[in-house]
Amino acid sequence: MLRPRIIPSLLIQDNGLVKTVNFKNPKYVGDPINAVKIFNEKAVDELAIFDIDATVKRQEPNYSLIERIANQSRMPLCYGGGVKTVEQAQRIFSLGIEKIALSSAVIHNPSLVTQIAERVGAQSVIVVLDVKKKLFGGYEVYTHNGKKSTGLNPFKFIEEAQELGAGEIVINSIDQDGIMKGYDMSLIDKARNSTSLPMTVLGGAGSLDDIQAVIKRHKIMGVAAGSLFVFKGVYKAVLINYPSKEEKEKLY
Amino acid sequence: MITLIDYGVGNINAFVNVYKRVDVPVKIARTKADLIGAEKLILPGVGHFDHAMNQLNRSGMRETLDELVLEEDVPVIGICVGMQMMANSSEEGQLEGLKWIDAKVKKFDERKIDQVTRLPHMGWNDVKPAKDILLFEGLENNAIFYFLHTYYFECNRAEEILATTTYGDEFASAAHYKNRYGIQFHPEKSHHYGEILLNNFSRI
Repeated sequence: MLRPRIIPSLLIQDNGLVKTVNFKNPKYVGDPINAVKIFNEKAVDELAIFDIDATVKRQEPNYSLIERIANQSRMPLCYGGGVKTVEQAQRIFSLGIEKIALSSAVIHNPSLVTQIAERVGAQSVIVVLDVKKKLFGGYEVYTHNGKKSTGLNPFKFIEEAQELGAGEIVINSIDQDGIMKGYDMSLIDKARNSTSLPMTVLGGAGSLDDIQAVIKRHKIMGVAAGSLFVFKGVYKAVLINYPSKEEKEKLY
Repeated sequence: MITLIDYGVGNINAFVNVYKRVDVPVKIARTKADLIGAEKLILPGVGHFDHAMNQLNRSGMRETLDELVLEEDVPVIGICVGMQMMANSSEEGQLEGLKWIDAKVKKFDERKIDQVTRLPHMGWNDVKPAKDILLFEGLENNAIFYFLHTYYFECNRAEEILATTTYGDEFASAAHYKNRYGIQFHPEKSHHYGEILLNNFSRI
């Protein structure tokens, strides 16, 4: 039986691991290499790593950090942050990363999806959309850590990304980020109805029950979480955690 | 010593990392000369079948690989598209395969897959060994592996199926003929399960 993927999502800023709330107030939670080592030991289904500095500060991806992460990992890895060209994407693949997540670069230059997919295969190109509720209903895509609005309708953009040759869509809810009160199920439903591509959802998980709710409704989907896998308890003490194989089997 | 065939397709580094952890020496082959004296070969592969075949055919290593595998019986394992390249042909492309295992590569029947995302077959799935061989030694009964593919390997001789997995239909997720092994999943990305399997290959 094919299983849904349960995916820790890690944010990197200034070479440190951080966690945000509504994309703001990054709190330092530890050393990224150490976290990757622990997630590796816990046999996570897949790991997503987003450098939240790279685009905002117009930096190149931090290749040496990416390489050290890849060297520690024997699970599928997704990297996002600051990737604007085919050459950058290829360099990251050569370090041992399977999937490249594109966000702001794709919104400004949609053909980048096609260019990268042609070189390395569509399965490796992920389009990430950071999505926020609009004041009077509906949703909008944001970039630059939720600071720049784009005016784009996420569901229309998902369809466009599929046509351009993306291999997977990640929907990240800015409103739910770090709140730990559950996923935005109506956002997920709408996104799911917009494409048959593999999809991963992120933003809001506060318990394994929240993850199970998505799996029960959508079956084969990537279900990602940040806070849930780095914090423990009401006071949010930092503790890297992840369900065991037996605990996961109960969620399917 | 394991020789990894680097023809510009596939995640070579991931294999290097696994073998480093289990303390098995590896060598990366990019030219014909690099293949001299190879004891065991790994043929990785991702992406489009024709692209992978083209890259291998143009690498300058094709002829020597055929000699090593077909005449000198050097053990070889093809991974993912690397496995598919060992077949006679693929529905994904026009080019001939390596014809190292008598098989054809077909696209999954989407009508038999009951979910929104039908293809690719991506994620963790069961692998049921059909034979008791060294490659699977030490693996738990409930071992799972990471898959990412749209086409699957169909053996023309059922006795060459080494393991099966179900996605819509049951398909050969591993195959074996003489010195040639193919596996559809990614052991280099499958935690300790994959590490055991790759370590076993080094002992064949």
